[in-house]
Amino acid sequence: MESSVAASATRIAVQVEDVGMIFTRDGKQTLVLDNINLEVGEGEFVCLLGPSGCGKSTLLNIMAGFLSPTSGTVRVGGEVVQGPDPRRIVVFQERGVFPWLTVEENIGFGLAALDRKERQHRINHYVGMVGLKGFENSYPSDLSGGMKQRLEVARALAVNPDMLLLDEPFGALDSITRLTMRRELLRIWEAERKTILFVTHDIDEAVQLADRVVVMSARPATIQQIVTIDIPHPRDLSSPRYLELRDGIFQQIGLAHHV
Amino acid sequence: MNSLATPARWERIVLPLLVLLACLALWYFSVRWTKTRVFPSPFEVGKGIKELMHKQVLWGDIIDSLRRVAIGFGTAAILGVPLGLILGWYPAANQVVNPLLQILRPISPLAWIPVTILLFGIGDHAATSLIFLGAFFPIVVACIDGVSNVPAVYRRAGRNFGLTPVQLLLRVVFPAALPQIIVGLRIALGIAWLVVVAAEMVAVDSGLGYLVIDSRNSGKRYDLVVAAMLLIGIIGLCLDLFIRSVEHFKSVRWGFRHDS
Amino acid sequence: MSFEEKPGAVIKVPVWLRPWLLLAVLLVLWQIAIQRHPGQLLPGPWGVVGGIADLLRHGLLLKYVVASLFRVTWGFGLAVILAVPLGMVIGWYTRAEMALNPIIQILRPISPLAWIPIAILWFGVGDLSAIFLIFLGSFFPLLLTAMNAVRGVPAVYVNAGRNFGLRPIDLFVRILYPAAVPQLIIGLRITLGIAWLVVVAAEMIAVNSGLGFLIVDARNAGNRYDLVVAGMVIIGLIGLLLDWGIRSLERVKSFRWSYSEE
Ligand SMILES: Nc1ncnc2c1ncn2[C@@H]1O[C@H](COP(=O)(O)OP(=O)(O)O)[C@@H](O)[C@H]1O
Ligand SMILES: [Mg+2]
Repeated sequence: MESSVAASATRIAVQVEDVGMIFTRDGKQTLVLDNINLEVGEGEFVCLLGPSGCGKSTLLNIMAGFLSPTSGTVRVGGEVVQGPDPRRIVVFQERGVFPWLTVEENIGFGLAALDRKERQHRINHYVGMVGLKGFENSYPSDLSGGMKQRLEVARALAVNPDMLLLDEPFGALDSITRLTMRRELLRIWEAERKTILFVTHDIDEAVQLADRVVVMSARPATIQQIVTIDIPHPRDLSSPRYLELRDGIFQQIGLAHHV
Repeated sequence: MNSLATPARWERIVLPLLVLLACLALWYFSVRWTKTRVFPSPFEVGKGIKELMHKQVLWGDIIDSLRRVAIGFGTAAILGVPLGLILGWYPAANQVVNPLLQILRPISPLAWIPVTILLFGIGDHAATSLIFLGAFFPIVVACIDGVSNVPAVYRRAGRNFGLTPVQLLLRVVFPAALPQIIVGLRIALGIAWLVVVAAEMVAVDSGLGYLVIDSRNSGKRYDLVVAAMLLIGIIGLCLDLFIRSVEHFKSVRWGFRHDS
Repeated sequence: MSFEEKPGAVIKVPVWLRPWLLLAVLLVLWQIAIQRHPGQLLPGPWGVVGGIADLLRHGLLLKYVVASLFRVTWGFGLAVILAVPLGMVIGWYTRAEMALNPIIQILRPISPLAWIPIAILWFGVGDLSAIFLIFLGSFFPLLLTAMNAVRGVPAVYVNAGRNFGLRPIDLFVRILYPAAVPQLIIGLRITLGIAWLVVVAAEMIAVNSGLGFLIVDARNAGNRYDLVVAGMVIIGLIGLLLDWGIRSLERVKSFRWSYSEE
């Protein structure tokens, strides 16, 4: 199946134009983002890759509308982003599932406008999709880390957004769960074809998932390189092309991959 | 964490009983040895409790105290929780109101006694308004703190789903702050129970506090004084257990550390 | 940040003015209300200032403040010295906690003021009675705080300490105590508030000096409500200062960390 799409071939979902961000804390100014330009096509899967603390979450929060950049603009579907919007849902790095709601109630959180039957139908659909059948009435404190993460993804998908913004969603999971979660996410993406922006500091993860990998430098973050991953899914992790792309990024960041 | 020794099941019952017996014995023999006439022994207190039970006044006194706490504390919660939520939610409003709260809060509610008696006369209103004053400020402060401690990620998630500010307050901020609000209510209820006894000693002529002071003043009946104190302790314990049971409700359980 | 967080402020008042706004408005309203209804027992703010000046002139203010603070210091201080170590030990040894918990739970909710007749019987009318009541009012909350604080210390710290071969004493001094400090400070703060509440009540009933006595006395001897409210204002201000004092502990560097759940 052919899945990699160049941004220019489809309609553009997100345009990041000259975005800069300066934080002021205790009178000290920190330049976090410096002149970022990026376009993401509709239905595209883009990974933002960079070292911890470089400003990936900041960029994601600007695109989601939680922060306004100190310079530049972000456009989604041609409109300038003014604030958060249910058409683009964030899955937060710090775990945003509500601990006071059950699995069902969490998934139904954004569905207040629907009538009961329709809402229940959607909830059931997404409970099944992320494999939480049997846990509908459990509270998040009774779920494992991986289940909580799937729950947050399900809550995001349930409102049928155009775009998902995931901030190191699998960072806290063990490596086996992480692999399963990646496969699940790709399955969901292939089924629903949302635009996905995925933040990670894991080079392998980025190369396994993305159509394009946006490599960011350490703070102040600039875009170093955008690598198109032209390998169809499901990807063979020992294929020469995969290794070539991965090693290219390793080198770009300045790491030869010997331990 | 605690030391790792796990006690056997029988110890759970026997140990507290032993301690209780030891305390009673200590009390009994202290009374015997000091040959005091005034201070009652445990047996006399037991008789005192029986005597109180037989008199109808006891139930009237208990109900009076509980009613005052219910009204004073209830009003404080009904007014204090929304006010605290709003002040926590709008920092600008909090900046305006905070100095007033900070100055009124540390005024011991009992210091208001002359003023409340002047306004309401001696009677229920004076007592309930003192309880209200004692419970109101801790509740408001707990709500303000609770709201400002809600992790930003929950607020952001709520806004992401397109909630209006009011919806955000009701569906995200309130439930997220609820565990801390419950802790505040619990502290406030403890204070209310402390204040009602004091208020009844000064400002009214019924209730458990009045029973304590009246037993002393009319005939130095210290057996009844101690009996009334024990009742105050037991009822206070029941109130606390009641509010603790709220902490086990499913939707707030996450906010509390549970042993066992 | 233009659209970060909270909806826009409803009240457009300069930031520096906000804290004074409501206070000033209320004071003015109070003064106006009193002037509209002359012959009231309640004083206006101006009358209260006069009352404070009166108290200062007669040297009573300082004397009573010192008397109240003296009692709080002793009662609260003794309670801290006894309750904190005791509570930590009880909290650590499961059996001790099991054995003592019921009796603590029954004694704790007895309003310290209900002890007044007994305090007077044992210690007479005077400082000792008041100190005893404040001690009672502070002891049980502090004991429970210390018990809970020890139980809340994450097992990792304790295991790490054990791993380095600490003896029980060292475990208390070097691990449990420092790890429990943030919780303890919160407990101290709540309890000092209670102690301040109790001292005023105790002085209204069981002694004849101090700020609580001032209030009762000013009312009973001639309905001097200006002195009553003056006393209340002083009580509020001192309570505020005590709270600030304890809060400054929270800012001490080595106390400042605090572990979150998870
Ligand atoms: N609200 C803020 N105020 C000041 N500095 C911030 C704020 N948020 C993030 N930063 C700083 O910006 C930098 C980038 O943070 P972040 O975007 O979270 O990095 P990443 O997600 O790539 O790990 C960090 O150095 C962080 O300390
Ligand atoms: Mg981040």
